[in-house]
Amino acid sequence: MASSFSRILSSKRNIGILSLVGGSATVGFLLHRDHVSAGSPVRRRYPASAEYPDLRKHNNCMASSLTPAIYAKLCDKATPNGFTLDQAIQTGVDNPGHPFIKTVGLVAGDEESYEVFADLLDPVIKERHNGYDPRNMRHPTDLDASKIQSGQFDERYVLSSRVRTGRSIRGLSLPPACTRAERREVERVVVDALAGLKGDLTGKYYSLTQMTEKEQQQLIDDHFLFDKPVSPLLTCAGMARDWPDARGIWHNNEKTFLIWINEEDHTRVISMEKGGNMKRVFERFCRGLKEVEHLIQEKGWEFMWNERLGYILTCPSNLGTGLRAGVHVKLPLLSKDARFSKILDNLRLQKRGTGGVDTAAVGGVFDISNLDRLGQSEVQLVQTVVDGVNYLIECEKRLERGQDIKVPPPLKQFK
Amino acid sequence: MFKSSSVLCSLGFLLNSSRFSARSSRTFRPLLAASPPPSSGLQGANMPFGNTHNQVKLKFTSDQEYPDLSKHNNHMAKVLTPAMYERLRSKQTPSGFTLDDVIQTGVDNPGHPFIMTVGCVAGDEETYEVFKELLDPVIQDRHGGYKPSDKHKTDLNAANLKGGDDLDPNYVLSSRVRTGRSVRGFCLPPHCSRGERRAVEKLSIEALASLSGDLKGKYYALKNMTDAEQQQLIDDHFLFDKPVSPLLLASGMARDWPDARGIWHNDNKTFLVWVNEEDHLRVISMQKGGNMKEVFNRFCTGLTKIETLFKDRGHAFMWNEHLGYVLTCPSNLGTGLRAGVHVKLPNMSKHAKFEEVLKRLRLQKRGTGGVDTAAVGGVFDISNADRLGFSEVELVQMVVDGVRLLVDMEKKLEKGQSIDDLMPAQK
Repeated sequence: MASSFSRILSSKRNIGILSLVGGSATVGFLLHRDHVSAGSPVRRRYPASAEYPDLRKHNNCMASSLTPAIYAKLCDKATPNGFTLDQAIQTGVDNPGHPFIKTVGLVAGDEESYEVFADLLDPVIKERHNGYDPRNMRHPTDLDASKIQSGQFDERYVLSSRVRTGRSIRGLSLPPACTRAERREVERVVVDALAGLKGDLTGKYYSLTQMTEKEQQQLIDDHFLFDKPVSPLLTCAGMARDWPDARGIWHNNEKTFLIWINEEDHTRVISMEKGGNMKRVFERFCRGLKEVEHLIQEKGWEFMWNERLGYILTCPSNLGTGLRAGVHVKLPLLSKDARFSKILDNLRLQKRGTGGVDTAAVGGVFDISNLDRLGQSEVQLVQTVVDGVNYLIECEKRLERGQDIKVPPPLKQFK
Repeated sequence: MFKSSSVLCSLGFLLNSSRFSARSSRTFRPLLAASPPPSSGLQGANMPFGNTHNQVKLKFTSDQEYPDLSKHNNHMAKVLTPAMYERLRSKQTPSGFTLDDVIQTGVDNPGHPFIMTVGCVAGDEETYEVFKELLDPVIQDRHGGYKPSDKHKTDLNAANLKGGDDLDPNYVLSSRVRTGRSVRGFCLPPHCSRGERRAVEKLSIEALASLSGDLKGKYYALKNMTDAEQQQLIDDHFLFDKPVSPLLLASGMARDWPDARGIWHNDNKTFLVWVNEEDHLRVISMQKGGNMKEVFNRFCTGLTKIETLFKDRGHAFMWNEHLGYVLTCPSNLGTGLRAGVHVKLPNMSKHAKFEEVLKRLRLQKRGTGGVDTAAVGGVFDISNADRLGFSEVELVQMVVDGVRLLVDMEKKLEKGQSIDDLMPAQK
């Protein structure tokens, strides 16, 4: 009897029941420290069916997978940090999506979100990452840049090359859920580590709260400065709280290695340069990442990573490698060819405008990058981009000469 | 015997937030193994928007969590010292609303050098009790020195209004009175769950459906309205949109939009209720012309009827004798009432003493698009500046008397006469 009683009492949501069983005096005693106004129930609780969101007009991965049954199973759970299902899905409830673009519609608040809410996250991951099943597949991590072949593009076509990823600091909550102190701790840990970088990676940190106007202008001119998120996809997830507290930008003196702190993830790491030497960009990327990892490990920290999901980031779309390797490339003829989209698809590439995601191409110059993030290693994805972009340039050259082009066969998904 | 020990066990569970010792954050969580651990998580957590459960924060010191308010200019930032933050941060209301939930909007919106925003919101009725150490001085500052010991008088007897049916319609284009009401026992828009919000909507629909006579009307749920209905509501200037102001968004009021939001209005289009926008209910009475008395009559009648209909269903409005009607934003406490007119004052508005006159009359001006808009063609929205510490009748009386005076001044200026002898004393 005692055990059944403590089971009833061990959960705040059942205080309503308690008030029936134990009488209002018990309730009053339990709640005394918060000096409740007399008489009112603690909080109205509704069955899961009354709380289930209206997703009928929604088109995102969360809405596709969140059945009432899964909602009922998970709605009472929370991670050890207290992150709940409702918090995870809030961005997807608030942003129904677009008929053509399928957004993810949920975020993680911490590493444990991917476990506690696995019943929802696993099918979302599967849908977003082309069938990757976290329950029985393993994600390969490979940051050995020496393996890249033919990584120098024809610079008459490729204007710039860039590789980005994200890293999260294990033990601290992610941007949708972190407290101010946790966010400041992320900043401290990372800035501390970056101060240890040497040689061509020597650099400087610019905190968003403290940068001078001159520094700000320089960062804007360099296209380095990130702004407070305006996309409702991000703001509805709570990532912009307390802006600009503990946000900042670090870059090396040569302006080829850049780190964003506490934007959409704990860190976003970017290696870039003008021209077509993707191999060098990726080499610096890997070297820098490994150095930073080594430096934080010296202080007892590590990145969030596991075998099933690779590197853990806020958005499920960035799991695995979190890697987007891309170029700005001139393809004026190819982009007008009706087969352009199909070619990109088969090469596992995507196009964006040169302003980044959700922008249009200008002057036939496209941002071409890998589609996939999870299930293939960093080396494999960068090689895919290298091979693919070389193929696109070949097509462009052939079209210049009046020759025909071929649509390549589709690449295999998971190698 | 068993009963009391399990009561104490759960008491310990509920109180353990204050017993968390400070630990190194690095070692707090175990490193995950390669294979996933059993995923039970915690049971029964509360649902603060965007903030983790309050207990997690307590393992950091108060200094580590205290927000950076050095560039801020809002009521919350003026009052919330580090010492106060430390005293209040371990508290939460019974529904789980925390200090950080209260202040998030004020942290995210530093404010403006000229306009002083409030910078905090309530998530439920108990917020005003649990966090009174913060909210009392905010209220005092915002509401002209209203003290924690003061009592607020409610007077919705429209017969007590003197005059008000005589404002010159050549100048006064329209008259409007609005207020808000919260349904006791439900969390407020920053904090409510979808289930609660829907329950408030359902109750409101039922109550409003019982209104009759000139108050008979129809409810339009935001998510169900047809294109034709939507266009009509826009043309009538009734439709409210998803909030875009970061002041509101940062507090979590726009979550799950447009679920359980809607607009009700009577067939005559003179009485309007917004459901689940910034408050549970916003109640508006309005009509063209200057007959504020009629607008206020309908306002009081309608409100009183709605209150009775809710009570018949077992629900009171949030109200107490210190704060009057309890609403989401501390600026709307007391009456929550804004009585205003759209009035043509092209000459008066250019007069050097315009601001001074408004101040003495306890009135404020806005553009005809509402708060944060500019006046167009010399037409201003003039309304009461106060909400708390005066009754509804007193506030509407101030608007009626003040607007009458402003129109008299406008007429004098038109004739090229001076208005010096009309200057009012400070109310």
